[in-house]
Amino acid sequence: MTEQTPLRKSSLISDQEAENITRVEELAYEIKVQEVMTPNPITMTASMKMQEVLEQFRVARISGAPIVEEGQLIGIISIEDLIRCLIKSDLEAEIQKYMTRNPFTVKGDDPVVEALKMFVSTKVGRLPVVNKEGLLIGILTKGDITRGLLKALQQDYQTEEVRRYRASHLFEDIESERTSLILRYNIKAGDFTHGGEASSKIKRALSRMGASPQIARRCGIATYEAEMNLIIHTTEGGVIRVEIEPHQISIDVYDSGPGIKDVELAMKPGYSTASEKVRELGFGAGMGLVNISRCVDIMKLESVWGKGTRLRMKIFLKKEDTVGEGHAAKSLEEKR
Amino acid sequence: MNLEQIIQSLDLKLLTEQKPFHEIQPTTGYAADLLSCVMTGASRGGLWVTLQAHSNIVAVAALLELSAIIITEGAQPDEATIQKANDEGVTLLSSQQDTYRVVGRLWELGIR
Repeated sequence: MTEQTPLRKSSLISDQEAENITRVEELAYEIKVQEVMTPNPITMTASMKMQEVLEQFRVARISGAPIVEEGQLIGIISIEDLIRCLIKSDLEAEIQKYMTRNPFTVKGDDPVVEALKMFVSTKVGRLPVVNKEGLLIGILTKGDITRGLLKALQQDYQTEEVRRYRASHLFEDIESERTSLILRYNIKAGDFTHGGEASSKIKRALSRMGASPQIARRCGIATYEAEMNLIIHTTEGGVIRVEIEPHQISIDVYDSGPGIKDVELAMKPGYSTASEKVRELGFGAGMGLVNISRCVDIMKLESVWGKGTRLRMKIFLKKEDTVGEGHAAKSLEEKR
Repeated sequence: MNLEQIIQSLDLKLLTEQKPFHEIQPTTGYAADLLSCVMTGASRGGLWVTLQAHSNIVAVAALLELSAIIITEGAQPDEATIQKANDEGVTLLSSQQDTYRVVGRLWELGIR
């Protein structure tokens, strides 16, 4: 079996690589050797000729084989041993002259990380895999581990795809006169640290449900501005409620005070009542409500000074843009 | 012009995690310190040049899917902001130059 690049164990790794390795390392603890090894490998006996090793390696395209005597593993013969033999033109010799006796082994139910450690400490190219009784069940190379981990990573990726697919078909199998999904977020007043988190989550939910990037972006911007208004201007915070239906998204943002003194003035571009401190953070440009009106199809702002504010918005979805009915998934399939 | 070349040409310091920057092609740019203006004006995949370095810039860049934020005049975001940027996949770059000069250099490099 040809060797593949082993997992990098150098200490000089970039942050990005470190991030990738974290999941791989997790998997190295989760996956067992027997899941990635090559089972039932070609075996040989100690009394066979080196000539046969050459033939077997060539025909089966392998680079090592365990040597077995009555089911018990007694040694291993590798391409390196074969080369030593070839240099001496000694192909008539028996395997036992060139094989490595009592080779290092791993157990089938060991986690892959144990095998990795052994590859590093022993510098061998392949490890015979044995069961609890010590009988040979497979052979493991670093290439097998790489392939096994890549396969597991691929499965992770597919899981996210399935999740996305399911969400994008959410409404398809549910029958009612009017089906909708409601998301609610409580926003605390003055909580700048978490500013934008609710709108990010709303945008992500819409993307998963199959909203087009433009719809998700418009909704993200509108809810972001509304979210920041709750953080900047309210006394007690407020609520963002998003109702998703296949053909429309209705966003309702309400709070219990202090309310807007002059709604018409508040809608004017550049008008803001934000404090100096908040302006230093880059808020209070007086563009928030203007931005919202640009992103939504219908916007209704009602406020009573001393009571609170309610902002209602709607985004209508065209037939090809509906969410939760599998449109995004269909267009994805067409692309493939 | 890809982001890796821009980082080198402008001698920008990477504050967040490494990414394959040579694959990222910023289409255009936007410069402002008022977040709502950025919300209106910045385009998807564009660069944003600003003096703001607090955590709210991350949410803006994530929502707009910007290719990177260039923070000017050496303003330093705090650890929590950098952490949040890494979580959201937002790239933060730092320049010692002021916004005027950074934008001028980007324009020269063909980012228009």
